[in-house]
Formats: sequence, C-alpha cells, structure tokens
Amino acid sequence: MRAVPLIGAVLVIGAAAGFWLTGARGLGAEAQAAIAAAPGDAEAGRLVFHAAGCASCHTAEGAEWSETPVLSGGQTFATEFGTFRAPNVSMHPEAGIGGWTLAQFADAVQAGVSPEGTHYYPAFPYGAYRLATPQDVADLWAFWQGLPASEAESLPHDLRFPFSIRRGVGVWKLAALPESWFSETPGGDPAAARGQYLAEALAHCGECHSPRDALGGIDRGAWLEGAPNPSGSGNIPGITRDQLGWSADEIANYLNDGFTPEFDSAGGHMARVVLNLSRLPAEDREAIAAYLMQVE
Amino acid sequence: MKLLPLAAAAIVVGSTVALAQGDVPAAVKARQGQMQIQSHAISILGGMARGNMEYDAELASQAAQDLRAVSMLSVDLLWPEGTSTEEVQGTRALPAIWSDWEGFLDDWEAFNAAVDAVEAAAPNGLEALQPAIGTLGQSCGACHDDFRQSN
Repeated sequence: MRAVPLIGAVLVIGAAAGFWLTGARGLGAEAQAAIAAAPGDAEAGRLVFHAAGCASCHTAEGAEWSETPVLSGGQTFATEFGTFRAPNVSMHPEAGIGGWTLAQFADAVQAGVSPEGTHYYPAFPYGAYRLATPQDVADLWAFWQGLPASEAESLPHDLRFPFSIRRGVGVWKLAALPESWFSETPGGDPAAARGQYLAEALAHCGECHSPRDALGGIDRGAWLEGAPNPSGSGNIPGITRDQLGWSADEIANYLNDGFTPEFDSAGGHMARVVLNLSRLPAEDREAIAAYLMQVE
Repeated sequence: MKLLPLAAAAIVVGSTVALAQGDVPAAVKARQGQMQIQSHAISILGGMARGNMEYDAELASQAAQDLRAVSMLSVDLLWPEGTSTEEVQGTRALPAIWSDWEGFLDDWEAFNAAVDAVEAAAPNGLEALQPAIGTLGQSCGACHDDFRQSN
C-alpha cells in the first residue's frame, strides 16, 4: 500500500518536470549578451530582412513588394493543423512590436517566445532564425526601427484541438528545435558556407522544401528533398543537387530574375522569395547556389 | 428532393469519368500554348540578359514582338470558368483566378506593361534590356504567386 503514495509522488514530479520542460523560455543569458553587445546597423539589417523574408508573410494579403513594407499582418495560412494568421509586427507601439526591446525581439525571433512568456507556433520559422548570428539579429532590429507603423489588429489563429493548446508547442520545441545546422557544413568552400548560413538560418528554405516527421519537425534525413505544400495543394519540389539538376549559374540566375533554366517562372510563395533574394548582392545568390550544389 | 443527391452523384460520377479520360479543355491547351510561346520568347531575351548568349538587337526585337503579340490574346477566351484545378486535370490554374477575377486582370495588366517595357528596350542595347527583363520576371512571379498551383 505504500507504493501508491510513491507512484503519486513520481507522477506529480513527472508532471512538474514535463510542465517545466515545455515552458516558454527565451534565449540564454550568453546569447542575449552577445546580441546586446553587437552594434546594430540598419543598412546591414536591410539585407538580413530581405534574406529572412519577413515581409513575405507579415505584409497584408496582396501587398506590393516594398523596401520598407507595412508589416500589418493579416495573411492567412491554411494548414492541416488549422489556419494561422500572421500578426502585426509593424513598429506600432501597441498594435505591433514598436514597444519591444531588442532582447524581446531576439527571444521572439530565435526562441519563439513572446514578451508575455508564451510560445509562438512554429509557422513562424524561429527554428531556422535561431541559427542566425547575434550581429544579424541586432542589425535586423536596427532596420526594423525605420519601418512604418500600422494600427491593424492582429487576428487569432484558428487551430484544431489539440494544436490549439499553445503549451503543446513546448513539446514540439523539445523534439524539433535545431541546435546546429540542418545539413552537413560544406567544407573548404567559404561561398558554400555562406550559402548554408543564408539558406538554413535566414531564408529558411527547409521549412517548405523539406518533409516533416510525425511531430512536425523537419526530417533532417530528407533535407531539401521536397514535401507536400504545407499551405494549399500540390508539392514543393526537392532542390537537392540531383533533384534540381541545375548548374550553379542557373540557380543564382533563378534567384535573381525568377526564371528556371527553361524560362518558366517562379510561382507560389517562391515568387516572393525571388523578389526578396533579388535585393541581395549577387555574391549572396551565388553563395546559395554553391551551397545547394553540395546538398545531396 | 430525392433527386438532389442523385443529381449530385451523377455529377460526381460524370466528373470522375471526365478526369479518368484526361480530357483537357481546348481553352486550357490554348493558354498553355500561349505560355509556351511566351516562355520561348523570354528564353531568347533572358538568355541575352543573363549573358548566356550574345546580345543581338534584331533578334531581341523579334522575340519581344512575338512576346507582345501572344500576350495580347483575349483573357476571357483563354480563361473560361470551370477550368480550374478543382474542375479539370492537367491545369495548374487555381480557383483564385475566378474568385478574384479583378486581381487576376490587374496582374495580367501589370505583365503586359512589363512586356511593353521589354519591347521598347529590346533594340536599345543590353543595358536597357536587363532591367526590363527583371521587371518582366517579377510580373510573371506576381501572378504565379497567387494564381498558379505549385508543382
């Protein structure tokens, strides 16, 4: 009979541990210190902003591409988990994130944690952004300061149970948040290494171009091998070297003018990706191409 | 009222048969031909802009004129209702074209404006052509972004 209180105690401790493990915790003190110490440069942040594709999701439906977009939110993303709605992340102090500190911004972008201490859903690709350098995060926030404010109200997601329970994201984070690169780091070629950084940390190519496992984490064993379209019908193509079958020049050109080697054009969400990447220096597009040529 | 489920069943069976036979409506084939001719003309202009082939003012003009000609075809005739991905196989035209017809026409108009610019730039040297091709690519992408199914 003594076993019962013991089991009870184990259960309570287990539940407490689980509760703690799935809690929303921001970046560690060391990471925050590095970001705080980095001098934010808005012009450098402009390139980080475009490479990371922030505007692709956070502008209003149908908004024209802009160098300084209104990040009012409002786009909807219908998925198997329910419908996600991109929030207002403009510089408005109440409706957007204009009142945030750099540390709060970094926690959101790299740990998926809100200033209120709750989880963000991983439709927001903080799993990729957490690989970004402290300097790039500081630069990005410096650029953000010059973006316009919008009063538009952020609308709640509309998710199916059990995905509607935010705490569940904590379980996802335990299983799926990367602590290192998604693919093997290219050796010997600095351009390919830069390309890996751009593709994996900022442009978050793997979010759509890689399949996911049962828990919704990216399947690293099938990195960039293509996947069902998470939002809508059809498939997102595989872009490993052999699947794509393009030369490095063809990839770099595609990321600039949006034309495939057959002069078909980029479509779907990729059209927005091209629009963003076309703003980067040519060397950065060539770096992404060099990286993709090494992904098998 | 009992007829309704029966009618629905008949429609389902009917459309399944149509899909199984792989009937592609003539309008779908026609617009795909249009896209192919556009793509062919752009491959010449884009090849020059990318530096893959030598710039040739006369050839560039010819390609631009072909692109101009085929881009003027009637949108109404090539995009009839009932030819979206939900109704026929062998198309990537999303239902959004018809639920947002005005938006679709806006994108088509923007594409035609970009074609105008390409046509004007084509005989005037590579440096004039390159930015015009960039804008053209963006106008293709803008429409495909909202209205074409991903592969």
